[in-house]
Parts: sequence; structure tokens; C-alpha cells
Amino acid sequence: MTARRPLNAQADVIIVGGGIMGAAAAFFLRRRGRSVILLERGLIGQQASGTNFGNVRRQGRFLPQLPLANRSREIWGRLNELLGEDAEFLASGHIRVCYGEAQAAEFEAYANAARAYGLDLEMISHNALRQRFPFLGPEIVAGSYSPHDGHANPRLAAPAFGRAAARAGALVLEQTEIQSVEKAGEDFRVESTDGRVYGAPSLLITAGAWGSLLSAQFGEAVPLVPHGPQMGVSEPVPYRIEPVIGVVSRIPEEGIYLRQITRGNIIFGGGNRGPAYPDLRRAYVLPQNTLNQLPQLGRLVPALSRLNLIRVWSGIEAYLPDDRPIMGPSPTVPGLFYAFGFCGHGFQLGPGVGDTMAELIDTGRTSTPIDPFAISRFLGT
Amino acid sequence: MGDPRVIIVGAGPAGIRAAATLVAAGIIPTLVEEGRRDGGQIYRRQPEGFVRPYDRLYGSEAAKAAALHRTFEGLAGLIAYRPETLAWNVADGALHVVSGGVADALPFDALIVCSGATDRLMPVDGWNLPGTYSLGAAQIALKSQACAIGRRVVFLGTGPLLYLVAAQYHKAGAEVAAVLDTAPAWLRLRALPHLLARPWVLARGLMLVTRLRRAGIPVMTGVEPVAIVGTPEAEVGGVTIEDAHGHLRSFSCDAVALGYHLRPETQLADLARCAFAFDPVSRQWLPDIDPDGRSSVRGVYLAGDGARVLGADGAEAAGELAALAALRDLGRAVAEPRMTHLRRICQRMDRFRRGLAAAFPWPAGQAARLTDDTIVCRCEAVTVGTLRGVARDMGAIELNRGKAFSRVGMGRCQGRYCGHAAAEIIAAASGLPVEAVGRLRGQAPVKPLPIATVRAST
Repeated sequence: MTARRPLNAQADVIIVGGGIMGAAAAFFLRRRGRSVILLERGLIGQQASGTNFGNVRRQGRFLPQLPLANRSREIWGRLNELLGEDAEFLASGHIRVCYGEAQAAEFEAYANAARAYGLDLEMISHNALRQRFPFLGPEIVAGSYSPHDGHANPRLAAPAFGRAAARAGALVLEQTEIQSVEKAGEDFRVESTDGRVYGAPSLLITAGAWGSLLSAQFGEAVPLVPHGPQMGVSEPVPYRIEPVIGVVSRIPEEGIYLRQITRGNIIFGGGNRGPAYPDLRRAYVLPQNTLNQLPQLGRLVPALSRLNLIRVWSGIEAYLPDDRPIMGPSPTVPGLFYAFGFCGHGFQLGPGVGDTMAELIDTGRTSTPIDPFAISRFLGT
Repeated sequence: MGDPRVIIVGAGPAGIRAAATLVAAGIIPTLVEEGRRDGGQIYRRQPEGFVRPYDRLYGSEAAKAAALHRTFEGLAGLIAYRPETLAWNVADGALHVVSGGVADALPFDALIVCSGATDRLMPVDGWNLPGTYSLGAAQIALKSQACAIGRRVVFLGTGPLLYLVAAQYHKAGAEVAAVLDTAPAWLRLRALPHLLARPWVLARGLMLVTRLRRAGIPVMTGVEPVAIVGTPEAEVGGVTIEDAHGHLRSFSCDAVALGYHLRPETQLADLARCAFAFDPVSRQWLPDIDPDGRSSVRGVYLAGDGARVLGADGAEAAGELAALAALRDLGRAVAEPRMTHLRRICQRMDRFRRGLAAAFPWPAGQAARLTDDTIVCRCEAVTVGTLRGVARDMGAIELNRGKAFSRVGMGRCQGRYCGHAAAEIIAAASGLPVEAVGRLRGQAPVKPLPIATVRAST
């Protein structure tokens, strides 16, 4: 998809970082008629965007984030017609389950609060739960069901946005590493390591775990910490488990989640996180984490104990101390915008973040509140 | 400080020699073997209760097989032997194993990986029909269970194993319908200087071919596979090839043994984070090793066909050499003349390896000629056309990208059997050299791991 490289290029907006945030922003900026250059060091959607679990889940999120998640969910529902490609989004339903009464009470409280944001959740007790989802294990106490959430294929979604953006006229440049970023007069000047120079009056940093390295160029470093999700997949079996299932627990090892794809494989993750090395661009699954996950899978869905694990993988996700992303304009540099550090829950938000950032850059305001994610909360002024 | 903890993976020729070398130095190594019995593939033992004598099982190699088995038996009580144990992962200085559903972590000071090799396969239209086996699998059926894969078998591919297994089938009384080699015969002349590194092996190989021809078996070189054709019941019914003169030829059969020489099993080296480099001789990525078998990772040694396909004799030398290198790195005194001697053997074997690669080349060019509806990844039923499509239309010109977009190599075998062909197909579709397409990143587990696995109680 990488276009022919012009020697130098100028546009309305330069986006640095071609994960799902940057690729979606490029796509929606083009729909608003803005010219865009998207610069990606490796390949589109290759890091956290391509290695995550693939959850399209709203329930359980920080409540003030629900408007953004709702905006994103609306886009997921028409993604195929928007992009002309299938990212395998399935509105399969999503169920949060727990092993203790305390969490069941939390589900109830969350559902009451979420209603105000237009998210209707159904509380299901132990017996009804096992009747409706007979594959669930006997230890489960209660569930919270979100009928319109679901899952999609992370290997496909961000690259599909990137290709659609390129078809819509964005200059999408893969394998383009940034040497320097600065503001020179009215324009941002971005130089790549191959000596090419890109200019634009607006700059959007969507560089995930590498985001703070770039915001630091403008004196706005944030305490970003990389972690690797611990993912795994079983051999394929007939498609029976429709909803995405996630365990909510105070014990990290219990907090696993899984989904079955129509191909038949069961994809899972959760429990303890693993090490990630942004400078090596590698993250690893620790064998002990896999071994901790296996019995939890059997506890959640006992029939899984008869299957085999065939592969594990990880990716580089970026976390902030308050588990909320950085999103919005720079408080000090006009024309500079951020959307990175999505703390392991960015995949569902991706299309909505792209749309919202495009709106912000295009109009100067957003119709969806994003104030809780302002970078200023870490800048100490 | 206690005795050094040395783990060997694989009880074939390399692993057994490594174990014996460590025992001679006063160390009690742990030997992890995935199979039920020691011996590896070439010197594979028959199951208990089978009574075929050594000369019938191993032919000209009977004495070597007997010697290796005796060496192993002599190690009883002197090594910590773990048969039927899968080494499924390696991380942070520990080998992760599972046996009988119980997982354990074995910390090591030195790890000697002797993981062996498996068949290298290029797809052919119809190779997914029941009745198609790899050459190695055809040989295991015979050696272990005294079974043939069919009544009338076509041997298709290239490499020494093609002729060896065909001759073994003939000798065992199975009907060999044809031996069809994709390598043109003249390549062997060009490879002769390298092949003369092991004149006796070369002579034995030539005798095998003569014996097959004398038995009236069609032996053809320089063929192009066209298809494995099915019966109405959708099982193997025959093989169609284009011969060296461009004529279509068909051979009826009920089984096909297919293979293009071997590929090292390198997942453990990959999981141990060893560096790899592209080997233009064999057109594949191999882990970097120094002449003694040291990988790029301190404390990790690679020996035998799992590092370089040198064959069983080379594996014995490389296994001993890697063990001596590990001993030296652990601060033990090691006889330099012995190491020099072993290095020379390995160098000679490597010259022969180069000769074999030149005489029986991996048929990379076939990748461009496969039909679009030929299946490349049998686990995930990914066709050649799908893979070409993601390369041409979606920019997936790197193998892991091709995997992400097409599911190639995502199944149970993790691309061990389709990865090389998939790389060639992407390279041909995108006009890139195959080394630029890269290699599939290894991910745990090395083989499927039961979800019911529990940790050993400590």
C-alpha cells in the first residue's frame, strides 16, 4: 500500500504512527477533505493494534469514556461499507462474569450508571446464566451481558483503515522512520531518516508506546510504561461460543478473557502482563503466564480443557498510571495533537478516536467529550 | 557452587553423543526426548516386542546404529533421562517441558539443542488428498511399525531420502510405482567436487539408484510435478508429472511419499532468541552457530540436523563437539586435539551438505508455477491464490504479514511444513528475493500444548 515516496511533501495534517488510531484518523480526515500524510516506521497496524485481543467491548470502561466508545461502536457497525473491506466485526454480545458476590454487586452498580450513557446491560444470575450459556463453568456467580458489543480481527482492522485512507487520497508511507520533529514557523517540519522532509500546519502523534518520545520533543513527556499482553489461541473446533467472555476479579491471574472466532479457534488473554521492549520492537509471552492461564480457561469454560493451545503471542501496549489514554490538543503548541497510550483498551476505541481527532483537527472542537484524557494532567502545571 | 546444570534436547545421534561426552566429564546431564525411545530418526528404534534384526532395520548403517544404542544404554543411571517429554518453550534460562500433562521448568547453565530435522515440502496440486505422506513419515511407518504407506507408492521430490526410502520400500516388498526426482541429473556432476567429501556415502547413493533401476522401477530426473490426482473417493489415485522432455506422464498409485530434502527444526533456537541468517546454499534461514555449535545466545548450543543437516555421522560429531564447547565454557579442561578433529569432521560433512544442496536443490521455481487453487497451508486450507492475492493486492510482501492477512502458517503445525513454500510464493508474486520476504517468527508452544496441562508441584 505504500505510495511512491515524494522527495518532500506538504499537507494539512501529518500523522506520526500508523496504528489503528493514526490510520483511522487519516481516513476520517480525508473524508473531511483534509490532505494527510501518514508516516509509519514499520507496517500499518503491526504493533499493539495488530496483536491485541480484538475486543469491541464498551461495558466495564471508565464511565466518562462511554460517549467515545459509543461513537466508535456506531462506526464498527458500518465499518465494512465505510472501508470496503471486512475486518470481521461480529456484534456477538459481550459478557462479564465473576466468581464472587462483591463483583456481582459492582456489575449492578455499573449497569445503573451506564444507563445514563445509553449503554443497556442485562444482569444475569447464576442459574439463568448457565441456562443461556451452558458452556460456562459452575463457579461463575453472575454475569453482565452487553448485547451489542462484540469482537473483530485486529490483524485486519488497522491495515484496512490504512488502505482505505490511501484509496481516499492520503499519502500513506510505511517503513518511514522519523529523525526529527519540530515546529518551524507556522508549520511542523518532520524529517525522516532517509532525509525526506514533510511539512504541515497540524501534527497528530498516534505513536502508541513511542508516543511520549515524540511529545517529549515539545516538552510534554508523559510517564508511559510498556507492557505485553499475554495472548494465546487454541486449535479450531466447531463454533459454539458466541459472546466474548471476560472474568472480572481482584486476583490478576483470574482476570482472563476469551472469544471464539467463526473459523473455530478460541483466542484468549489476560492474567499477568509480560515484558515489552519498545526499542527492540518485541514483546514476549512468559511461559509461567501461559501456564497460569490454562487452568483459568478450564475454570471459565470447562470444555476447553479438552483442547490444545497452538500459539501464543504478545505486542507492545502503552500504559499510563491512571489507566487512561492521552487524547486531545497540546496545551502549549498550537496545531499539535495527541492520541496515544490507550492502556490495553484502545482497539474498540480506534475508529471513534480517529473520527473524533479528525473532527478536532478539522473544526477545533469535538462533539464527544475527551477532557478526561488531556495530556495536561501529567504536565504538572 | 554445585554441578553445572546441562540440558540436552533430543536423544538422537547428536544428543546421545553430547550426553556421553558430558558424562565422561563427570556431569549428570538431563536428556529430554519427545518420543518414546532413543535413537532419533535414522537410528529409530522399533517398538518393544518387535524383533527385526539390526541389519534388516538399518542396512549398511547397522553397526553405527548398534553402537549408538549401546552408548545410550550405557548411560542408564548416569543421566537424568526424560522420555515422552515435549520441550515446549525456553525463556529466561529455563527449558519448559511437559510430560504426561504435567509442566515443569528446568533451569540450565547450558542447553544443547539437538532437535533434528523434518521434511521440507513444496505443495503440489492434490497433495492434501489422503494417501500423501512426507518421505520421512513413509520411512517412519516402515522402520517403526513395519508398515508401508500404500500397496503401490510413488516417490516424488528430491534429495537422498527419496532414493533411500524408495529402496527400503522395495526391499520390504512394497511396490514402488516410480521414483520421480525434480532435480536434473546433470546437477550431480556439478556438485561432484563437494559430494566427494564423503566418497563412501556417494557410492552407496549411486548403488541405491542402480538397484532401483535394475528392479525395473522407473527412475526419472528433472521432472516437474503437475498433480497428485484423486480417485472418485477423493483418495490418492496417481501422480502426473511433466518429464524432462516436456511430456506429461502419469503413474497410478495409492500413496505418494513427497519431500525435498530436510529442514532443521529450529523453533527452540528461535524461542531462545538465537540469531538467524539466510543460508543461500539451502535457501533457508538457519540459526547462526560458530564452528563448535555455539549459538548467538550465551549458554545455548545447537548440534545435529536441528542446526545444519549434516546427516547422522555429522550429528554424532557435532553433538560431541557442542558438549565439549559447553564444557569449556563452563570452565572445564577440554582436549583441544579432539575438538580440532571433530571440527574437521563437521567441515567435511558441511562440504557434503553443500554438495547435496547443489545436486538436489529445493525447487523454488515451482512456487511461481503452482495453480491458484493448490492448497499451500494444509492446517488452515489457505490456497496459493489467496497468498498471492495478499502479496499483490494488500502489500503483504513480508512472510509474517502474509500470515496475518491470509492465515498461512497459523494452524497446528505453525508453518513448519508450509513456511518455506509460502515464502517462495510471496517472493515470486512480489518479485522479491526470498530472503527479503523473511521467515515466520517462532512462537511457543513448539508443538500443541494441552489446555489441561498442570504445573508440577514443587
